[in-house]
Order: sequence, then structure tokens, then C-alpha cells
Amino acid sequence: MTKTQKKLWAGLLVMALLSPLGIILPAMFNAGDAWGEWGSETLKKLVGFLPEGMKKYADLWTAPVADYSFGGHDGSMTAQVVFYIVSGIIGILLVVLAIYIISRMVIKNEE
Amino acid sequence: MHIPDGYLSPQTYGPLFGVSFVFWSVALKKIKKDLSVKQIPYLAMAAVFSFLIMMFNIPIPGGTTGHAVGGGMIAILLGPWTAVVAVSVVLIIQALVFGDGGITALGANCFNIAVAGPFVSYWVFRAVKGKSSKPSRLSTAAFLSGYIGLTVSALLVALQLGIQPLIAHGPDGQPLYAPYPLSVALPVVALEHLLLFSVVEGVVTLLLLKYFLKHEPDLIYSLEAQRTRT
Repeated sequence: MTKTQKKLWAGLLVMALLSPLGIILPAMFNAGDAWGEWGSETLKKLVGFLPEGMKKYADLWTAPVADYSFGGHDGSMTAQVVFYIVSGIIGILLVVLAIYIISRMVIKNEE
Repeated sequence: MHIPDGYLSPQTYGPLFGVSFVFWSVALKKIKKDLSVKQIPYLAMAAVFSFLIMMFNIPIPGGTTGHAVGGGMIAILLGPWTAVVAVSVVLIIQALVFGDGGITALGANCFNIAVAGPFVSYWVFRAVKGKSSKPSRLSTAAFLSGYIGLTVSALLVALQLGIQPLIAHGPDGQPLYAPYPLSVALPVVALEHLLLFSVVEGVVTLLLLKYFLKHEPDLIYSLEAQRTRT
């Protein structure tokens, strides 16, 4: 690994550790979901009904680490911060693994 | 920007899966041909960077949140086709593991965020840069590249959400999927991006380009053509 690459990985790790800012700041400034990414409950409150299609697709997929959290959003901010960092680390590992697999599958000509 | 399940009708997400499949297969062929072993660590880092930057939700006080994507930066650094692969991998993992973006909407999300954004960013960068290699011109090109690329992604999201009430509603006129019409979706999403989220994307793109110009100038894909010519 080159010196620059080491520095970049260190930078990415720092990003993962700082990532909880992405939930702390919105909480501080009372900002909610991204526009068009509301959950069923929130949408129902916003428009007064839950569209049929949304009911149909609601249980299509249960993500193992939904919303970058393990305990939903009921836990304390401290717990959420820890979950968020752990999610970031899990994400880094999965992304690296996926890119490694794709590279192995696709790029054979130089080995 | 990650459309969840249930917001898009099948007649919207179906075709967009088709479009994304085409881009994925071309992208894989392109990286097989063009990506060197030396670039693989950077591809991995680029994808990780995109994953992490999307965790930084930026608040609009009392309103919504949004985030940068880093897709423009990846397109400038490693080429638009490599960006398609890097950001798509991220979006697929986000949907499957973290429930961020829907499974049915994966084709749409990959087209908006991993295909359209990076390609527009790349074209903007090349167009603004022109033949110049002046630092100020490169900086302007990088900022605009991120700014316009993310805005285009966002507008596509707004467009796809906004047409749902038109194309899919019950007998009583009640929308079956995303309920807000274009007249609401477009201005809201356009404004929040033009004023805040895309500015962040532009600044991130600018800062990273400056970093790579200083430390790894030979790596930068979008400056390559020029270098081999001179």
C-alpha cells in the first residue's frame, strides 16, 4: 500500500467515526427524513392516508440493519451513535468485499 | 434521494431496472478493459467514500435532510463507468443491508444516483475544464461538476416521484404510490439541492480534486487524455 493510500484509508476511518454527525445534526436542527423517503407512519401523518401501493410493498424486504441502527430509533442518542458507527464499519467491510469480488471476477487479464 | 419501496409504480421501476442493467453490463465490460490492477484499491476506496459520505445527513433546520454522494468525484478520478460500478455497489448494499432505498426501486436509484449523476458530472467537468489546466479553471470545473451532477440526480428522483399520481391512481383518484404531484416534488427537491446539498457535493468534489492533483495527479482519469496528447 502506498503512503497516499494509507492516508486515504485513515481519512475514511475518521469519516466513519465522525459519521454520527449525520444523525446528531439533524436531531439538533429538528430536521426529519429526506424528502420522499418517509416511512409509512410519517407519510400517513403528512397526507392523511397511506397509498395502496405502499401497503403492498411495506413488508417486501426486512433489512438486517435497517436505518443504520440495531434497536430502531427508540434508544438513546448515545446508543444510536454507537450503532451508526458500527453500521459504518459493517458498510466499509461489505463494500470492500463486494469490490474485491467484482474485481476478481472481471479483471483477470493482468494476473 | 434513495427512493424506498412502494413509492414507484411497477411501470416506473420496471423499465428503470432495464436501463440500469444495460449500464451495469456495459460498465463491467468497460472496467474489464480499462481498469488497471493499480486502480482497484482506489475503486474500493471510492466506493467506501461514497458509502460514508451518504451517512452524513445534512439538515435543513426544521425541514428535511439530504446528503452528498461523491459520484462526481469518482467519475472525475476513475472515469464515469467506474463510478457506475462503485456507486451501484454502494446502493445495492445500502438497500439490502441497511434498508436505505427500496429493493424494487434499486434500478431507479442506481440510474439516478450511480449513472446519471456521475455521467453528468463527468461531462460538466470536461466541458468547463476545456483544454485549460489552470488551477482556478480546474477548481471551477470540479465544483460545478459535483453541483450539477447531484442536482440532476435529485431532479430525476423528483420527476419519477412526481409523475406517480398521474400514472397510478385508484378509481377515486387517490394516488397508489408517491402521493405528491410534480408541481410539489420538483420545486421542493430542486430548491433543497440547489441551495444546500449540491453545494456540499460541489465543495467535496473540489477539495478532493485538489488533494489528488497534489498527491496522485497521474491517477486522475479525466486529465489523462490531455496528458497523453502532450
